[in-house]
Amino acid sequence: MFGFFKSGKKPSPEPAATPEPVATPEPAAAPEPVTTPEPAPAQAAQPARLGWAQRLKAGLAKTRQVLNTPVGDLFRRHAKIDEALYAELEEILLTADVGVEATDYLLESLRKRVKRDRLTDSGQLRDALKDLLLELLTPLEAPLDVSRARPFVIMLAGVNGAGKTTTIGKLAKRFQAEGRSVLLAAGDTFRAAAREQLAVWGERNRVEVVGGQGTDPAAVIFDAVQSARARGIDVVLADTAGRLPTQLHLMEEIRKVRRVIQKADPTAPHEVLLVLDANTGQNALAQVKAFDEAIQVSGLVLTKLDGTAKGGVIAALARRAGHAGTPIPVRYIGVGEGLDDLQPFRAREFVDALFGD
Amino acid sequence: MFDNLTQRLSRVVKNLRGQGRLTEDNIQEALREVRVALLEADVALPVVRDFLARVKEKALGQEVLQSLTPGQALIGVVHKELTALMGSAAVPLNFASQPPAVILMAGLQGSGKTTTCGKLARIIRSQGKKKILLVSCDVYRPAAIDQLKTVAAQAEAEFFPSSPDQKPEDIARAALDYARRHFFDVLIVDTAGRLHVDADMMREIQQLHAALKPVETLFVVDAMQGQDAVNTARAFNEALPLTGVVLTKLDGDARGGAALSVRFITGKPIKFVGVGEKLTGIEVFHPERMASRILGMGDVLSLIEEAHRAVDQQEALKAVEKLKKGKGFDLEDFKAQIQQMKKLGGLSSLMDKLPGAGQLGAADLAMGEKQMRRIEGIINAMTPQERRNPAILKASRKRRIAAGAGVTVQEVNRLLNQFEQAQKMMKSLGKGGLAKMMRGMKGMLPGMR
Ligand SMILES: Nc1nc2c(ncn2[C@@H]2O[C@H](COP(=O)(O)OP(=O)(O)OP(=O)(O)O)[C@@H](O)[C@H]2O)c(=O)[nH]1
Ligand SMILES: Nc1nc2c(ncn2[C@@H]2O[C@H](COP(=O)(O)OP(=O)(O)OP(=O)(O)O)[C@@H](O)[C@H]2O)c(=O)[nH]1
Ligand SMILES: [Mg+2]
Ligand SMILES: [Mg+2]
Repeated sequence: MFGFFKSGKKPSPEPAATPEPVATPEPAAAPEPVTTPEPAPAQAAQPARLGWAQRLKAGLAKTRQVLNTPVGDLFRRHAKIDEALYAELEEILLTADVGVEATDYLLESLRKRVKRDRLTDSGQLRDALKDLLLELLTPLEAPLDVSRARPFVIMLAGVNGAGKTTTIGKLAKRFQAEGRSVLLAAGDTFRAAAREQLAVWGERNRVEVVGGQGTDPAAVIFDAVQSARARGIDVVLADTAGRLPTQLHLMEEIRKVRRVIQKADPTAPHEVLLVLDANTGQNALAQVKAFDEAIQVSGLVLTKLDGTAKGGVIAALARRAGHAGTPIPVRYIGVGEGLDDLQPFRAREFVDALFGD
Repeated sequence: MFDNLTQRLSRVVKNLRGQGRLTEDNIQEALREVRVALLEADVALPVVRDFLARVKEKALGQEVLQSLTPGQALIGVVHKELTALMGSAAVPLNFASQPPAVILMAGLQGSGKTTTCGKLARIIRSQGKKKILLVSCDVYRPAAIDQLKTVAAQAEAEFFPSSPDQKPEDIARAALDYARRHFFDVLIVDTAGRLHVDADMMREIQQLHAALKPVETLFVVDAMQGQDAVNTARAFNEALPLTGVVLTKLDGDARGGAALSVRFITGKPIKFVGVGEKLTGIEVFHPERMASRILGMGDVLSLIEEAHRAVDQQEALKAVEKLKKGKGFDLEDFKAQIQQMKKLGGLSSLMDKLPGAGQLGAADLAMGEKQMRRIEGIINAMTPQERRNPAILKASRKRRIAAGAGVTVQEVNRLLNQFEQAQKMMKSLGKGGLAKMMRGMKGMLPGMR
């Protein structure tokens, strides 16, 4: 049963040849490059990968297994539309972390549509629910365009362990593949070995990382933006320490980071990404609200979708307006721990995967 | 953000009042509210279902019939059942083995394993176990080994070096061998985060377990986890003979329904909770507190802790200094206290954490906030001299202040009375000055007595 997920497994450990990362962290007074671009270590051989949609689908299949009611079966068993069918649909949505409010909304809308369109069999009901979900999620699909500014400054934020640093590694790969130059700013000056972790991602991508432990995060990122501008770098990816919205002083700190970035470049940050762990339940709503209030989040990244968590909470998020008055788009999804395990969010593929199509 | 259960139930309970007993029928609505509350707290649906069945069974029984109001009894049953399900408090770590006692950490990516290794080392050291060794078998995550090394140094525990080109099992064996030969009391083994559906990685940790024969195999769970907690807990519990659970990031505002899901599925005790990023951020588990938190019934203790954290230290010091110098607590300080409350996220976010606050509707809260503003307004209308020495406030001054603040003289009088009470409170100021103050404030708000 687990064989299906093989492709989602951990990338192989770094090859032994990897240059010693930052074994001796110098207490640099001024942020200094911690890595100089070096020949990339041979990319760890990775097993043939399924497309993300397939992997996502594999993950999503789990929701249905919880209930021992694969969606397909469900619709086959109930030829007619009845209350039992609605109840099972409700279970599917709830166990995917869609949340009570959004689930109620979807089922309510479904009932209306059944009436309006005089639907009679379960197959039609299924399509109708898919349509509804798609309508809800489509506005979240808004790919990130990093060509409209140079340097395009992206600031990443989120709760502890959500996947910020890993996402930066993946984004660096992506932007480089598009032919852009990238600079990483190690704005997590708090957590143990946070800089070293980012430095490894820098090495893997052969991009420079600036910043150091113990310095002020805002200062590190400020310097990175200035340096990127002076050197004509295309994209700056700024890491920040994980923080919980209840840690008021840390929320204040990240506000300051944003303000200081703006001082370095009045048009920046051009994108403020909030990284959400797909395992997160309804607290994701509180996270979005708090970070949006503090730093005006412009996009979301949903990580760890390669597990069995469905990230259904984005359906609940789609029903809430951010600071700009519209729901905050989901820019990317994370589907593994490797460099390539990042994909743009596509509503249709997400819904299809949820329904096992 | 969500209605808490107390709020939900107080609505339903009104309808139950006067009905001598709970019946299948009239309990239905209340149970629906409990269901929604649990789901919003991220308790997994299958667990919710089973839990409700238990509550129903209990509620329809004698316990309810004996009680005075059926509504109270129902809340009581829900809370009691939940607390019971949470298990017992403060289950200690097991060291009953030939030293070294091995502790193996397991869990999803980013759940807090590495940090918890350091926290445990610190706790164990404070319990008098001298020799503690930490080792990382995480050869995957960039700089994972460096991270543990730093954490070990912070915990003043010894660190056994490893490197990403080694096999995790080899690392484990070498560390165990070293710990034996050097008479360590405890060996704490960090592992990579893994998905329960990654068959290779689950096999790897089974092999680590077989090689290490740990006395403690701790499953580390993020308190923010949603519905999937049942699936991960089940898989880890089946793959490994878990001995306990550590629930991390409880310093956040997640309701933590995952705690119930994981308890329910594994039946293993929650031994510790993580309440901060620093190594001091760990506590023993309190089932009763956790039950209250999941139900949204308030947790005064966590409120107080939060208050301590957020209060401007300088302000607090200044106040203490002043008291020490024998100068009284004046209206200027009173105003500062109100401003501190605002800093804590305003009344509504504070009230969420106070038990019984659920009975307050949004309207009451708005009134409370309004009242706070009025109090501020009144104080603002005073001269600095009057604030420092309210005793000089005679009728004519009061009239002037009332006019300035746009309130009645009675309201000014009420404030002065309340202030006097607060002053008394501050006189008995021990350490938790603000906490007491909060409780005082609570008494001043409508409907909260
Ligand atoms: N399976 C899986 N794991 C991921 C994904 N993204 C990140 N991770 C893992 O999640 C863990 C935490 O990731 P980090 O990038 O360190 O998270 P962070 O938000 O930077 O963490 P802090 O800086 O400590 O707050 C690591 O073990 C990552 O390998 C993903 O898409 N899938
Ligand atoms: N606020 C808070 N943060 C915590 C707590 N426990 C851990 N963290 C943070 O959560 C993040 C992840 O913690 P780690 O200890 O790296 O997690 P891990 O399980 O070892 O992660 P992987 O090795 O990548 O699977 C870090 O930013 C920690 O500082 C806690 O109790 N409260
Ligand atoms: Mg990070
Ligand atoms: Mg770790």
